[in-house]
Amino acid sequence: MRFDDEPAAGENLPILPGHTSPGRFERILRAGQFAVTAEIAPPDSADPEDVYARAALFDGYVDAINATDSSGANCHMSSMGICSLLTRRGYAMILQQSCRDRNRIAMQGDVLGAAAMGVCNVLCLSGDGVQSGDHPQAKPVFDMDSISALGMVRHMRDEQQFLSGRAISSPPRLFLGAAANPFAPPLDFRPHRMAKKIAAGAQFIQTQYCFDVDRMKTFMAQVRDMGLLEEAFVLAGVGPLASAKAAEWIRKNVAGVHIPDDIIKRLAGAEDQKQEGVDLCVDLIEQMREIEGVSGVHVMAYRMEDRIGEIVSRSNALNGREPWRPAA
Amino acid sequence: MKSVRLWSIRHAGWLKKGYGVLEGLLALLNPLLKLIGHDRLDKPFAAVESVVKGFLFDSQSCGQCTLGETGMACPMNCPKTLRNGPCGGVRQNGGCEIKPEMTCVWVNAWEGSQQIGTPEETIRVIQPPVDNRLKGRSAWLRALRLRAGESL
Repeated sequence: MRFDDEPAAGENLPILPGHTSPGRFERILRAGQFAVTAEIAPPDSADPEDVYARAALFDGYVDAINATDSSGANCHMSSMGICSLLTRRGYAMILQQSCRDRNRIAMQGDVLGAAAMGVCNVLCLSGDGVQSGDHPQAKPVFDMDSISALGMVRHMRDEQQFLSGRAISSPPRLFLGAAANPFAPPLDFRPHRMAKKIAAGAQFIQTQYCFDVDRMKTFMAQVRDMGLLEEAFVLAGVGPLASAKAAEWIRKNVAGVHIPDDIIKRLAGAEDQKQEGVDLCVDLIEQMREIEGVSGVHVMAYRMEDRIGEIVSRSNALNGREPWRPAA
Repeated sequence: MKSVRLWSIRHAGWLKKGYGVLEGLLALLNPLLKLIGHDRLDKPFAAVESVVKGFLFDSQSCGQCTLGETGMACPMNCPKTLRNGPCGGVRQNGGCEIKPEMTCVWVNAWEGSQQIGTPEETIRVIQPPVDNRLKGRSAWLRALRLRAGESL
């Protein structure tokens, strides 16, 4: 899918009335299309070809790509680096910015740098604790939290000022996002937490992996009743599980991922567990599409990125629509 | 101390009211406090606060207290010092992502805030980022200055 006013790769689209970014991702959502985003695996290398090859797996299947910011507190190529490389080829990027490693001075500088590179979407996260990663000796920064970071970036965009009040001559034109985990305690707090993120500036929300469909339905009903879906788009997080054993491991070791027993049973009972994981993901996307107010899916196919094409096409998440892809 | 901290959560409503009375008294005394000088009083005030709030809440003395809005749970005890709500890593049993043996500060904050007021008055309040210059200074005197609409 190409817009009529599609510019050359690396340049941004004109900003439509009511939009805050010159990006394709905001346009897709505001046009009422069911959107697909995916998480790119950041390489442990300094070779740009590694980034291009990983992004190419998504060509024709996703509307925007999330570049993670050393998720799980494990060191990888930076989200800034990945976004810089890929925006120059025309990809719609979502820069993930965690509060774990940088203070407000560094974060604001990165926001300007990213926007100058053509990044139109920023997702503000608190970030995993350094203790979960491969550098537990590191100093956790957490100068900001996800909500104050959202407020800060919105302030830069809308007030054209740094947090200090100093003027920004050309503000970053961004579509702002946040994460939500409807599955972690305190469950009654979760809708309020999302409301806060939206009040602070979030325009889209990407959730943690949804394996518990009933819980997701409850959460969506709560946020719908609070009127939050008129203010922000919710993309449900999904992803394939490689095996029952992998699912058990994730449940035990990855913070915030809730996998119900029946999911693990379904995988364990399958002959080809990896294929079953893909099938399960397809099923989950179909179920997410049925939930009122879910505007898209966010596919996190950790170490199974090569299966995203199959997952997206089989689930018919795009409804026949073909997202932008780089010219061959 | 954990048992005292949890007692404070269970009695969050009373503690908030108690603080309201204290702040009212201090506000009445404020002309005198100003005469002596907030700067001069900051150290002794901060020392008293550190003992009282340290005992009741394991307060980390950030100097910009949110206790009344966080269910009397000090958010600076969160290993990520999150002041606006729980991260996504809270374990299914309510344990902290980073210190599994500790209950998430925000699980406690949610419980305490039920006794204090509506979500709009408590956990829905958006807390600004910490002003690191205020660490170790008196939050009570700061509250008096805020109340009087003065600069900090």
